[in-house]
Amino acid sequence: MSSQFLSQYGGQIFQLTLEHLWLTGAAMLFATAISIPLGVWLTRAPRFAEPVIAVANILQTIPSLALFGLLLPLPWLGERAARIAIVALTAYALLPILRNTYAGIRGIDPSVIEVAHALGLTGTQRLFKVELPLAASFIFAGLRTATVTCVGVATIAAAVGAGGLGELIFRGVASVDNRLVLAGAIPAALLALIADGVLGIFERWLRVKGK
Amino acid sequence: MPPAIEFRDVSFTTPQGRALLDRISFAVEEGTSIALLGRSGSGKTTLLRTVNRMVEPTSGDVLVNGRSVRDLDLIELRRGIGYVIQETGLFPHLTVERNAAMVPEISGKPRHASRKHGHELLSAVGLDPATFAKRYPHQLSGGQRQRVGLARALAAQPPILLMDEPFGALDPLTRAEMQDMLRALLKRLEKTVLLVTHDLDEALYLSVRIVLLDQGHVIANVAASEFLTSTQPEVEEYVRACRRGEMAHEGDVP
Repeated sequence: MSSQFLSQYGGQIFQLTLEHLWLTGAAMLFATAISIPLGVWLTRAPRFAEPVIAVANILQTIPSLALFGLLLPLPWLGERAARIAIVALTAYALLPILRNTYAGIRGIDPSVIEVAHALGLTGTQRLFKVELPLAASFIFAGLRTATVTCVGVATIAAAVGAGGLGELIFRGVASVDNRLVLAGAIPAALLALIADGVLGIFERWLRVKGK
Repeated sequence: MPPAIEFRDVSFTTPQGRALLDRISFAVEEGTSIALLGRSGSGKTTLLRTVNRMVEPTSGDVLVNGRSVRDLDLIELRRGIGYVIQETGLFPHLTVERNAAMVPEISGKPRHASRKHGHELLSAVGLDPATFAKRYPHQLSGGQRQRVGLARALAAQPPILLMDEPFGALDPLTRAEMQDMLRALLKRLEKTVLLVTHDLDEALYLSVRIVLLDQGHVIANVAASEFLTSTQPEVEEYVRACRRGEMAHEGDVP
């Protein structure tokens, strides 16, 4: 990539990377705020676990371009492309976080949970002192998968005009300019790798030994 | 004075219709320990768990100090009863001192006070706090883990202690050490103890009465001192099953 190309597009690449981060970050925030409490609730009402996780599963199987397109005609959402992108990305991020929160808590040694009951921990104490700390690395693994997925899918959001690094890719494809495609794809791939690495460090740090 | 624990016609039937406990009645006097013996599946653990309402009887009543456990606040009831199980159920993400001091911690005691209390308890169960307080459960041997489990159960100074095969997974020598430690501790602290065990020797060593269960029924309730000489057929059968090794060398087994 020539320095001339960089000086011409550098500012834009930076701008679109920020947009990309904003879309992904907002979606991850929403998805986390929904999935962790929902996952915890499912451990308290396990009969709902299967249907709820199935719904999250179905959401994830919808092709992303189709999901963006389906959301386009909706009243409030359709007004701003970024809204559509964030809602769609949130939908994709739900499953990994939800599934890992649920499985992480359900997978705790039953004798530990039994003793937590028998010692007289209240439901809240059990959750914050025992269940969440023991499931934390598992939940982080879900956040990690979801983030990497979101960074990837967010490139498609440019198709509905939501911006992000996908815009360079789409423009590059339309004008048969591989440099533009790479100018979008390389930062997107780097973002995914960095997110994966950083969250992976958290995940290992939170892992409980001898569990 | 009412007995520390009293079972009144306690029955428990699973939702599938299996009767695990069938009209069980007996009392445990304050400051004594009773061992529950019987086959696997005879209902020992289920009965034990009705005391702290980990299991709710389908009929009958369990009284603690003369009051039905159903009328007591569940959290308060449980915090006032020590609970020790074979698997220990230690919290793997917490240090030994925080494990031991969990009940004071959740009861809102200031952290340094509950930690100090935790250290005293560790000493009481034979673990030097200077060496062990900051360790994690996975860094301990089976016997040490069980000691921490016991310290944790004693933390709220509960008058009642429920123990479900506490030493069942330990080798005989470690088990004997634990039994000595517990025996000395119980003599000093005057707890009321309900002990589920498969080990007749342990039952004789640690308790004053033995209740023998079979298929959810009490089939014998005898003083520990009379258990070996009892002429009740069920008791004789149990004793024989436990002492076949000895008897083989005395020539009593054909």
